[in-house]
Amino acid sequence: MISQFFVLSQRGDNIVFRDYRGEVPKGSAEIFFRKVKFWKEDGEEEAPPVFNVDAVNYFHVKVAGLLFVATTRVNVSPSLVLELLQRIARVIKDYLGVLNEDSLRKNFVLVYELLDEVIDFGYVQTTSTEVLKSYVFNEPIVVEAARLPTLGPAAMFMQGTKKMPGTAVTKSVVANEPGGRKREEIFVDIIEKISVTFSSSGYILTSEIDGTIQMKSYLTGNPEIRLALNEDLSIGRDGRSIYGYSSSAGAGTVILDDCNFHESVHLDSFDVDRTLTLVAPDGEFPVMNYRMTQEFKPPFRINALIEEAGSLRAEVILKIRADFSSSITANTVLVQMPVPTYTTRVSFELEPGAVGNTTDFREANKRIEWGLKKVVGGSEHTLRAKLTLSQESHGNIMREAGPVSMTFAIPMYNASRLQVRYLQIEKKTKTHNPYRWVRYVTQANSYVARI
Amino acid sequence: MAPPAQSQRSQSPSQPSGKGEVSDLKVQLRQLAGSRAPGTDDSKRELFKKVISYMTVGIDVSSLFSEMVMCSATSDIVLKKMCYLYVGNYAKGNPDLALLTINFLQKDCRDEDPMIRGLALRSLCSLRVENLVEYLVGPLGSGLQDHNSYVRMVAAIGVLKLYHISSSSCIDADFPSALKALMLNDPDAQVVANCLSALQEIWSLEASTSEEASREREALLSKPVIYYFLNRIKDFSEWAQCLVLDLVGKYVPSDSSEIFDIMNLLEDRLQHANGAVVLATIKVFLHLTLSMTDVHQQVYERIKAPLLTLVSSGSQELSYAVLSHLHLLVMRAPILFSSDYKHFYCQYNEPSYVKKLKLEMLTAVANESNTYEIVTELCEYVANIDVSIARESIHAVGKIALQQYDVNAIVDRLLQFLEMEKDYVTAETLVLVKDLLRKYPQWSHDCIAVVGNISSKNVQEPKAKAALIWMLGEYSLDMSDAPYILESLVENWEDEHSAEVRLHLLTAVLKCFLRRPPETQKALGAALAAGLADSHQDVHDRALFYYRLLQYNVSVAERVVNPPKQAVSVFADTQSSEIKDRIFDEFNSLSVLYQKPSYMFTDKEHRGPFEFSEELGSLSVGESAENVISAQRVDANDNDLLLSTSEKEENRAPSNNGSAYSAPVYDGSISLPASQSSLAIDVLLGLGLPPAPAPALVPLPPPIKLNPKSALDPTTFQRKWGQLSLSLTQECSINPQGAAALMTPPALIRHMQGHSIHCIASGGQTPNFKFFFFAQKAEESAGFFLVECIINTSSSKAQIKIKADDQSTSQAFSALFQSALSKFGML
Repeated sequence: MISQFFVLSQRGDNIVFRDYRGEVPKGSAEIFFRKVKFWKEDGEEEAPPVFNVDAVNYFHVKVAGLLFVATTRVNVSPSLVLELLQRIARVIKDYLGVLNEDSLRKNFVLVYELLDEVIDFGYVQTTSTEVLKSYVFNEPIVVEAARLPTLGPAAMFMQGTKKMPGTAVTKSVVANEPGGRKREEIFVDIIEKISVTFSSSGYILTSEIDGTIQMKSYLTGNPEIRLALNEDLSIGRDGRSIYGYSSSAGAGTVILDDCNFHESVHLDSFDVDRTLTLVAPDGEFPVMNYRMTQEFKPPFRINALIEEAGSLRAEVILKIRADFSSSITANTVLVQMPVPTYTTRVSFELEPGAVGNTTDFREANKRIEWGLKKVVGGSEHTLRAKLTLSQESHGNIMREAGPVSMTFAIPMYNASRLQVRYLQIEKKTKTHNPYRWVRYVTQANSYVARI
Repeated sequence: MAPPAQSQRSQSPSQPSGKGEVSDLKVQLRQLAGSRAPGTDDSKRELFKKVISYMTVGIDVSSLFSEMVMCSATSDIVLKKMCYLYVGNYAKGNPDLALLTINFLQKDCRDEDPMIRGLALRSLCSLRVENLVEYLVGPLGSGLQDHNSYVRMVAAIGVLKLYHISSSSCIDADFPSALKALMLNDPDAQVVANCLSALQEIWSLEASTSEEASREREALLSKPVIYYFLNRIKDFSEWAQCLVLDLVGKYVPSDSSEIFDIMNLLEDRLQHANGAVVLATIKVFLHLTLSMTDVHQQVYERIKAPLLTLVSSGSQELSYAVLSHLHLLVMRAPILFSSDYKHFYCQYNEPSYVKKLKLEMLTAVANESNTYEIVTELCEYVANIDVSIARESIHAVGKIALQQYDVNAIVDRLLQFLEMEKDYVTAETLVLVKDLLRKYPQWSHDCIAVVGNISSKNVQEPKAKAALIWMLGEYSLDMSDAPYILESLVENWEDEHSAEVRLHLLTAVLKCFLRRPPETQKALGAALAAGLADSHQDVHDRALFYYRLLQYNVSVAERVVNPPKQAVSVFADTQSSEIKDRIFDEFNSLSVLYQKPSYMFTDKEHRGPFEFSEELGSLSVGESAENVISAQRVDANDNDLLLSTSEKEENRAPSNNGSAYSAPVYDGSISLPASQSSLAIDVLLGLGLPPAPAPALVPLPPPIKLNPKSALDPTTFQRKWGQLSLSLTQECSINPQGAAALMTPPALIRHMQGHSIHCIASGGQTPNFKFFFFAQKAEESAGFFLVECIINTSSSKAQIKIKADDQSTSQAFSALFQSALSKFGML
């Protein structure tokens, strides 16, 4: 049971404010914002998503640069409230197509209308975009996706010349297209976040894949959908040795440690032929989340070296190799490495002919950053950085720097080899065949090499 | 349709007070109020939007109330909604104006469109104006009977809103029983869920004053009601499922086959993508199996994978909420997670509140087999740029060393930290080395060699400085320049701001003097002089004490300051096990995130229905010594049990795959025979639970009667318990089913209350529970009985200590108490 819900901009302005029970004094938004902004004097630590000030509990999640906040005085389930906040953000995004401060400000009346139906007197009524459709009457004022920076989730699926309709995912589920009729289409995205830690000798210490099969349906009439995964997919490793790394199972099999499913999914035939059956509700939702610690080939190898080069000087050599097919290109690659705190200046040296590379020394947190716009599979790249130090390092320099961390997105690549074999849509009419998009992307979650 | 861009811009909060705009709006709204021209609704929409946007940013637009109401006569549903929102926001502050809206809201409640009826009813109930209550009762009554489920859904919550405005009108209109009927019969699951929410709140609040309400509240936890909800669980939305699971978690099944039925039925909820559903299910499983050690451990094994999946999928915020719960379980039964330690490794981009939890988990699960790897990993974090995490990591390494695994290697690593020459690393390490030496004096040689090389000038933090000074005093024989380092520290007495450091310095100097008198004499004199002149009371007193002590007899001083020391075996835990258990009882709530039981952070009136009283905490403080000992014993027992079953586990046939529990497995769902369930519901609709058995029905007819409504506050209880002498001690057996049901202590408390014996405090953990009860004789006001009752669930024995104001009747009361206790668990 929650007492208030509000959305704050990054600057702390109320964009939407709804008080459901009148138990929490006014001014809670200000109290909350001040607390989050100045959690610790040094500003180093982030405020946790849940905290208590004067017997009022504040919950918040950050979505698209906005703060979605709920308050209550009752000792509720925190995962319920946080999940709810996340879900409210998703419902709003389903309606508005794009979720950002601008679209929210333009549509705040619609958002109030949604909030009235989602929560009554603090109790959740529904968060299903499908169900809400029949209660909500405002038409969304669509903010043009073109005006958005290309960093949105749509951009990560762009792959060279094979243009994916990336902008389609920023389409409102309810608004009609300018052309009148809605385009019948469905998106199935397999998004994998990978975490790998390499030891200083390049050996893999830990690795994990956290994947989601996400669906967004713009189909009319809620047809039944069948989604077939790898036939030899197996779930659950022997409880004891989750981290066994015994690759005894054949090379082809995909073994998931565990997974969970959206409530619309029927698992009747899942055990037999690994097929998920569901009637897709409107809007975006995860069909299945999965987790895998089975060994996999990491897409990038990292080599990092730091050594003293005379007094008050040191040199860093960073090398990355893309260990995947040359038909695939990784985007927005960023390599970061903390350097000794007494580094005063850094000069960079890129390979001759390097294109789309950026280098930077972040003085404030003493970190070097190396950005690569595109990395083609099979290629290797090197960066040299010359550091000027303000004090002697006493031969300790290896311990004062690193680890190297990396972020990237690789479209049409999935580390787990989990696949959608086919996507079948039950046909209502003979004439029409909806568009189906099955897309893969692998992102780095925590990709770290120690030195 | 899209509004002109500049009108949107003007919503920016940077604009002035908006007074001018508000009066502008007033004029414009007036003009539109009577207009029937086409397009009026569109212009109204624009104006309404402006009003609402002002309202959102906090500009007071209540002066537009009458104009807004005038404009609301429209069939445009979007307009209506905006108007309702406005009215709901300002009605409370303008009760007179709110009256204006009653008319059109009441009319809308009779509209033919169910959507309009629902909306109007919701707004009507949201006015929060007490003198308008009379207008609510009628529409609410018909709303509850509306043929459209949307309207009933709104009405159910509407009843709750009415209760909060005027509880008496809600009760007088007999709405709770209407809700109950609806809850048990409505075909729409959300209506049922809303009725349950409303009834839980109403009955919990009423229970303190009305016995009927507290009976009704209990009846929600009766078998037929619980099974009714369980059988429909899949009809409910994910959110309502959480509500139902929460209720089921409070239910006390009569036997173990019932427990298995419930768990098998709910098994697939653990695969839900919504973390709230999964955690609610886990809570049910954990609490149902508390008294069945084997199964309880199976539950731990079963929930591990789903919890880890939730931690890694979903947003960072959700992941944190789940991780906190995993943390709680790991701390409770570290052995069960010792092979999963790699999941608790920190990732470089995690926020520090997540890293802190993970470090604690790594510390807890360290054992012989994984310590080397864990410590190696922790050492990587020490170089972390995040200073607080680096500190916590050192702390973790030290804690693992104190757990006695592989101390040798760890001491080496700690000493390496000192060589890193980072101030905070040195500081944190010194504190740990001190603790380590107190536990393992045999390591002093290695440690002192390294510590001796640290310049005291590089140590600034008081805790670290105090640790260093302690070591200088304690090991002054091993460190050749100890007297001189101490002497230079004494010279800088004035610059030392921390009283803690000055206190340690006094002691260290004296210790050093007693071992190496000629070298330290000067320093001691200076230290005592400085100490006597110190403005801090404690420092002054300690200096004076040492001075007099030395004057009196040096060998006595030696015995006071340098007694033969025993190595510390266990450092005190910061949290009592009682508090930890309380947090475990409150699984799936904020208590787990804050690591505090709810009484520490909520107001009284917002506590859940079955929570223990705050006073328990204060009561147990009074006898902490006794509690601590018993708590440790309980802890040990718990671990033994876990260990022994894990051995058993390995001998078990491999057919047990963890998804089904070793017990009669039910095919499909629990299906109550139809006749039985409807019969049960009839009983419910009638009188709720059968009335609590009167004391007169007790087989040993007692010569005394108890006052069912007696009251005693915890401080009085505590005082009386201290004053009165023990009049009776007895041991008795309890019904094994009762012992099984004890895994939720509130059940016993409720049961005893039925016999006019009230609980004032309780606590404990399987298998030992402790309760304090009191009761009062019915005839006169003075005679109280106080009871301490310790129940061991594994032996089904209870130990009873009775103290009484009137000793002569304690025998009779004891008989009464035992007979009441023996009935517990018999359904």
